[in-house]
Amino acid sequence: MANAIEARDVSKVYRRYGHRRQFATLKSAILSGSFASDLKAEETFEALKGVSFDVAKGRTYGIIGRNGSGKSTMLKCVAGITRPTRGTVKVDGRISALIELGAGFHPEISGRENVFINGIMLGLSKKEIAKRFDEIVRFAELEDFIDAPVKTYSSGMYMRLGFAVAIHVDPDVLLVDEVLAVGDEGFTHKCLDKFSDFRRRGKTILLVTHSLGLVERFCDEALWLEGGRVRATGDPRRVVGAYVTAVEDGEEALLAREDARAREDVAAHVAAGGPPVAAPHDPVAVGAANPAAEPTPTDMFLASAGRWGSREVEIAGVTLIGDEGPGHVFHANEKLVVRLAVTAASPVTDFVFGFGLFNADGVCVYGTNTDLEDLDPAEINGSGQVDFVIEPLGLIEGTYKIDVAVHRRDGYPYDYHRLLYTFRVKSRTKDVGIYRPPHRWVFSDGVKLTTRI
Amino acid sequence: MLHNLRQLLRYRGLIQSLVARELKARYRGSVLGFFWSFINPLLLLSIYTFVFRFVLPGTHPAEIEPYALFMFCGILPWTWFSSSLSESANVLIGHGNLIKKVLFPAEILPIVTVLSNMVHFFLGLPILVGFLIYYWRPITLGEIAWFPVVVLIQALFTTGMALILSALTVHFRDIKDLLSNLLTFWFFATPIIYPMTQAVNQGPDFAKNVLNLNPFTHLAISYQEILFYPGPFGHWRWLLALGAASVVLFLIGYFLFDRLRDSFAEEV
Repeated sequence: MANAIEARDVSKVYRRYGHRRQFATLKSAILSGSFASDLKAEETFEALKGVSFDVAKGRTYGIIGRNGSGKSTMLKCVAGITRPTRGTVKVDGRISALIELGAGFHPEISGRENVFINGIMLGLSKKEIAKRFDEIVRFAELEDFIDAPVKTYSSGMYMRLGFAVAIHVDPDVLLVDEVLAVGDEGFTHKCLDKFSDFRRRGKTILLVTHSLGLVERFCDEALWLEGGRVRATGDPRRVVGAYVTAVEDGEEALLAREDARAREDVAAHVAAGGPPVAAPHDPVAVGAANPAAEPTPTDMFLASAGRWGSREVEIAGVTLIGDEGPGHVFHANEKLVVRLAVTAASPVTDFVFGFGLFNADGVCVYGTNTDLEDLDPAEINGSGQVDFVIEPLGLIEGTYKIDVAVHRRDGYPYDYHRLLYTFRVKSRTKDVGIYRPPHRWVFSDGVKLTTRI
Repeated sequence: MLHNLRQLLRYRGLIQSLVARELKARYRGSVLGFFWSFINPLLLLSIYTFVFRFVLPGTHPAEIEPYALFMFCGILPWTWFSSSLSESANVLIGHGNLIKKVLFPAEILPIVTVLSNMVHFFLGLPILVGFLIYYWRPITLGEIAWFPVVVLIQALFTTGMALILSALTVHFRDIKDLLSNLLTFWFFATPIIYPMTQAVNQGPDFAKNVLNLNPFTHLAISYQEILFYPGPFGHWRWLLALGAASVVLFLIGYFLFDRLRDSFAEEV
C-alpha cells in the first residue's frame, strides 16, 4: 500500500524572540547595520528534532503528546503551512487542514459568500462549491442564517460553518488539530460520523488530539511525540498506554515536588520567626511549652496547610505506598498504605492517631482516629511505625490531600500535619461524587447488558 | 520562484473572489456604499481646487487650465498607488490568521490590495470622463490606446512595491509609520498639482533630475499627456523604460517576498 504521508527526519527550528529582537525597528536595523542579520535567526528553539513517520493510504493516524511536544508544528509541516527547517514531508493527494476553523472568514460579508471564498482558498472551484453548497449549510445547521454577515454569528455557528466547509472539500488527506470540541454533543457526533465516513471511503486522516479515548477508539496507528522527538509509534492502545504511564510518572514527580515544597514552607515558617518549638527530647521544656504559642486553629476545617504540636510524640515521616511501592499516583482499585514513622523520646500513654482525607475542593472525604474506633492507647516509646491501610482505595479520580495527627485524647496536639501530603487517584471509570461505595450491578433475566471491551 | 509564479495563475479565481470580497466588505454598512469610490477622489479634488484657486491663486501657469481637470488626471492614479502601498504594508499582519492557519499563498494578499484599489481607480474614471466631456477635451484614438499600457505599467510597478513593503513590514513594523510620511513627500515630488514644465523652468537645477528619477513622475505625465494635453502622446520612451524597470522591480519584489515567505507564519 502506498503512503499518503511520508515524513523524513523533519526538524523545525523556530526563532525565539529575544529581548532585543522584539524591539527591532527599521531605524535600529539601519543604525546598527544589522539589516541583513536581523532577517536571520539567532536564538532558536527546535520544536521538532528529526521526526520520521509514514501514514499509509486509508489509515487513521493519531499524534499524541503533551503541550509543547511539537504536535501542532508537525501538523503544520504536513499541511504545508510552515516548511520544515530540515527533512522532507511528502503528501500524496489533496489536503484539507482542520487547524483553525473559519480562519479565512471575513466578518463583514455573509456566510454564503464566505463559504465560497473559504472553499476557493481550500482549493475548490466555484462550480464544486455551488454543487456542495446546500450540503455544507445543512451540515453546519445554518439554513436560517446563511445570508447574515458572519460577524453576527455565535462562536459555535462560526466554527460549525468553518468545519462544514473544510470537511466538504473532500480531501484525500484530512488533517485534524483538536477541533472536535466545536459545537454541542450532537454536532460532535456528526463530526465523528463524518470521520468514519471518510475512513470507509479509504481517505487518510491525521489526527492531533489530547483525547486519548478518541485515539484508542478511532486510530489505526498512533505516534507519541515528546519534546520534538518520536517516543513511540504503533498500535494506539500500546502507545496510549505508554503515554499515560509517562504522564503519571510526570505527575508523580510534580506531586513529590509540591509535597516537598509544602513541608519546606512549614519548616521555613518555623525557622523564620515562628514561636520556638521545644525539642522533643526535652520533656521538661515540652511541659513548659504553651501549645498555643504555635497557634492551634480553632476550626480545623478552615485551616490551611501547616504543622504544629508539642512533639512529645512526633510523626517523623509519612510515606504513601501503593501496589508498586511508594509514590503519589495510585489507581482506584489498588491498596494504599499511609505509613507514619513515629517517635516518642520518652514513654507516652495518652495518645490518639488520626487520619483525614480531603479532596481538591477541600471537602473532607473521610476522617477517623484510633479513639473513635475504640482503640485505647497503652504506651508508645522510642520509634515505631503506624500503617493506615485502605484496601481498595475506592476513590474517584482526582487529587487528594491528607491530614495525619497524633494528639492527646483531650485534643492537645503532639504533632499535627495539616494537608501536607498530596496524591492523585487515576481511574478507568469516570464516575462522579466524593466517594465510591463498594458496589456491583445485578440484573434479572429480562435485562441484558454486555461488557464493553 | 518560477514555480510559485506559475502557481499564482492557478489562484486567479481566488484573487478574483478576494478582490470582490474586499470591495464588498469595504463599504458594507456605510450609507453611500460604492459611491465612496467616487466621492473620495472628488473631495480630494475640491480641496486642492479650493486651495489653488482661492487661497493661492496665480501659482499655476495658464497651460494647465482647467486646473481641476489637470489635477484629477494625476490624483486619481496617485490615490490608487498610495492607498495600495499603505494598505499592503499592513496586509500580511492584518491577515495573520490566514497565513498561520491556512495553506495560503501569501503573495495573493498584496496583489489583492493593489487590484482592489485598481477597481476603485476604475470607478473614479467615469468622473474623469465627465470632466473631459464638460470641458470638451477630445482625445484621439491613438492616445487612448496608450491608456491601458500606462495602467498596466502602474499595476506592475505598484505590485512590485507592494510585495517588497508587505514582506519587509512583517519584520520591521515601523515601515508603516515611515511610509505615510514618505508618501506625502512622494506626492509633492511628483508633478500632480503642478506641471512638469513649471518645476523644470522655475525650480532649482536639480529639480529636473529628481523628478525624472521619480518613477511616478512618468506615470503622472503619461496620464496628463493622454487625457489632458492635446496632441500626440510624446512621453512613450520614458514610459516604456519605466515599464521595463517595473518588470524588474516586480521580479525583485517577488524574489524578496519568496525568500521571506517562510518567516511570515512565525513573525506575523
